[in-house]
Amino acid sequence: MSQTTPKKLVVIGNGMAPGRVLDHLFEKAPGAYQVTIFNAEPRVNYDRIMLSPVLSGEKAYEDIIIHDDAWYETHGVTLHKGKKILEIDRADRKVVADDGTVAEYDKLLIATGSSPFVIPVPGKDLAGVVTYRDLDDVDAMLAAAKSGGHAVVIGGGLLGLEAAYGLKRQGMDVTVLHLMPTLMERQLDPSAGYLLEKALADRDIRIITRANTKEITGRDGKVAGVVLEDGTKLPADIVVMAVGIRPSAQLADDAGLEVGRGILVDDHLRTSDPDILAVGECVEHRGQCYGLVAPLYDMAKVIAANLAGDEAQEYTGSVTATKLKVTGIDLYSAGDFAEADDREEIVLRDAAGGVYKRLVLKDNKIIGAVLYGDTADGAWFFDMLKKGTDISDLRDTLIFGQAYAGGSPLDPTAAVAALPDDAEICGCNGVCKGTIVQAITEKGLTGVDGVRAHTKASGSCGTCTGLVEQLLKVTLGDAFQPDAVQPMCGCTDLGHDDVRRLIVAQELKSIPAVVQELNWKTSCGCAKCRPALNYYLLATWPGEYVDDKQSRFINERVHANIQKDGTYSVVPRMWGGITTPDELRAIADVADKFKIPTVKVTGGQRIDLLGVKKEDLPAVWADLNAAGMVSGHAYGKSLRTVKTCVGTDWCRFGTQDSTGLGIKLERFMWGSWTPHKVKLGVSGCPRNCAEATCKDIGVVCVDSGYEIHFAGAAGMHVKGTELLCTVATEAEVLEYIGALTQLYREQGRYLERIYKWADRVGLDVAREQVVENADRRKELNARFVYSQKFMQNDPWAERAQGKDAEEFTSFRLAHLGKVA
Amino acid sequence: MNDMSMNTKTQVWIEICRLEDIPPQGARVIRATLGCVALFRTASDKVFALEDRCPHKGGPLSQGIVHENGVTCPLHNWVIDLETGVAKAPDEGRARTFPVQVRDGRVLIDRALLA
Repeated sequence: MSQTTPKKLVVIGNGMAPGRVLDHLFEKAPGAYQVTIFNAEPRVNYDRIMLSPVLSGEKAYEDIIIHDDAWYETHGVTLHKGKKILEIDRADRKVVADDGTVAEYDKLLIATGSSPFVIPVPGKDLAGVVTYRDLDDVDAMLAAAKSGGHAVVIGGGLLGLEAAYGLKRQGMDVTVLHLMPTLMERQLDPSAGYLLEKALADRDIRIITRANTKEITGRDGKVAGVVLEDGTKLPADIVVMAVGIRPSAQLADDAGLEVGRGILVDDHLRTSDPDILAVGECVEHRGQCYGLVAPLYDMAKVIAANLAGDEAQEYTGSVTATKLKVTGIDLYSAGDFAEADDREEIVLRDAAGGVYKRLVLKDNKIIGAVLYGDTADGAWFFDMLKKGTDISDLRDTLIFGQAYAGGSPLDPTAAVAALPDDAEICGCNGVCKGTIVQAITEKGLTGVDGVRAHTKASGSCGTCTGLVEQLLKVTLGDAFQPDAVQPMCGCTDLGHDDVRRLIVAQELKSIPAVVQELNWKTSCGCAKCRPALNYYLLATWPGEYVDDKQSRFINERVHANIQKDGTYSVVPRMWGGITTPDELRAIADVADKFKIPTVKVTGGQRIDLLGVKKEDLPAVWADLNAAGMVSGHAYGKSLRTVKTCVGTDWCRFGTQDSTGLGIKLERFMWGSWTPHKVKLGVSGCPRNCAEATCKDIGVVCVDSGYEIHFAGAAGMHVKGTELLCTVATEAEVLEYIGALTQLYREQGRYLERIYKWADRVGLDVAREQVVENADRRKELNARFVYSQKFMQNDPWAERAQGKDAEEFTSFRLAHLGKVA
Repeated sequence: MNDMSMNTKTQVWIEICRLEDIPPQGARVIRATLGCVALFRTASDKVFALEDRCPHKGGPLSQGIVHENGVTCPLHNWVIDLETGVAKAPDEGRARTFPVQVRDGRVLIDRALLA
């Protein structure tokens, strides 16, 4: 592109389709467009096909972000989060958002997606009736699942079944209502539908077919149950509608663009106004509307090429394939499997093995494929389907898959080796075999992680990971070593748990000892393993191991949080959130004296001083120390804050002294290093003003004593705590929490929050070792108390008195004149 | 005193500090006319000088974790090769490097940094 003034491109919608358009566009024509995006959702672009694993708890929101905030910044994109466009003004070439924001465009891209279809029954507007479309829906379902109870999912298609499985995993009692006689009737014939129904029943998901919903009943404006036409009544704390989607074309229609079922577009994805393009689920192209991701990506390539000035590329429609994302159930379907007179079918059933395969043929070509229970040949069939391969010669063995094509069984890698270069391996991201092989050879990749980083293949739903591994094997031969365990980092093949075990078993007491004895592949580790090893050694050998500050992340090395401009922020500890006028005066004086630009109250009831120059840190700390304040460890994988409410000190409803208990807990636990940050809350009554039930560990005071909760989260992932137990005295609270923290310190992998640790090892581990086994609890707590003896020195005081002085001073070249 | 061992034009070497002034697997910062320069010392006592700015978003490399011949930027975990200043793939970018040498335990840099 020549260096002309960039044109203004406005995008309505921030889903995967426009995201992919921009990826291609910035690659092809960087700087050609000044891009503004309006997103009705209040967030960045994330991988919508991965919502099911988020719902089932197998992934977190942060795992499925496609473009983070930094990406928008890098490409100079203005992203309006949470702003919905109300009007497209074609005469003045501008769009208007619901908050009055106006943006002018040279080219406009509409990507409004689709909206879930809601069946018009009485009660559809009650609270607790949700659709399954975006992260807000998933959050609503997760919130409902927290209290257990009954979920009813209306719709037994792909989306409905994934929602049902996710809610089941979250501990709800789940019933699926399906209008037709068998599940997924568009993809499966009745007997395969039955296989699927049985597999779901084995997972305790109840299926009612031929279920016609009559009404959704409520109590106090909230959903309470579902009534079917035949009079069946089902209790429901949440109802999920997953009966289908329809293109969101209203905005385009209002603007006078031509609209059918979706926004009508030509082969360049242009609407009836040549300056307005449309992409994704909102479009209708050659009579087709799509609801899967691969066609959207095909469209995105064409739009980006057109916007970059390459008008030769056209979109001619897509053949689609889809997988059911329910762990343990393999289901793959591709193409068209509606019955018609001019079509034949080949079906293979193995009821005992739970396998069903069906191919739909027309004129000796595959036009549809359904695989259940054994989906290994999906890519092979899909490739022939897309290419329109004549299968006459393969017909007799076709259904047995590629291994038997022509009669002789092949091993699976041979099958992958036989795939042509343009065979699609990763459907989510549209990556074909040739791209992956090229990346492996050109970039010298040796594992799935590398392939993911360079090509995005297997980076979304992960079901093609096996294929990617086979490609690595085919390309690298014996040099490819598949990993059974996720290694800690590139320096070793050992996983975190093995390393922790060997540190104890072989009595390894320093990082060099670990590197040497456990055959690290690097001379001294990397930025990933060294902080982890430093923590493991510190937790295993309290009082013996000498902390290696060069192996700590900068925040922990200098006891402050690094900010984006290289300055630091400082948070003094305020025990239980209680402060005094003298402390506040001292903080104000420090802020004045060192010209600290921002003073902010944190979410954890502390005060944050932001923008401190590194060389000022020791002097700032000296002044704070002089007023009696110590480090709040706001920078550490360590105990951070204990939030409290005012409890019986002041509150009309307080049942216990929550403030006092919070202070005791913080004094007991401060200074401890942990696998990840640890935040506590103590609430004085079940009104829970300290929000204790979304903390790593929480205490809720009740009349009879103290409920101890754990494994909550309220960051990227919002999760209510689990109840550990109820105890009668403050002393017991301290003992139980000391033991629980120590168990986490001994078992948690570095950077694994308490809730993730509890999820991995199971909640019962904590209940058994901390609650049921008193001896074990006392041992754990004693180890925590012992370790604390070495931890509770204020790191700020040490540095204010000159420790690590070289860390806070620099050389000024102007003062160096000595010629050597 | 001119040192002709470098195969570039004549350089004038200035003593900045002693080797032990830089912590092993750590860094010190020189505030020079042209901006900050980070002096790194690896576990095997090699010393490198790079501009103290990550090519990604200007993060202070001197604050990163030093490993073998690389440093990991504290802001977004880019790994920069200390010898070449080049970012480790798949990231792309380069931090400027400066000639540096250690003689009799003294760390020397080229006076050109003053310019």
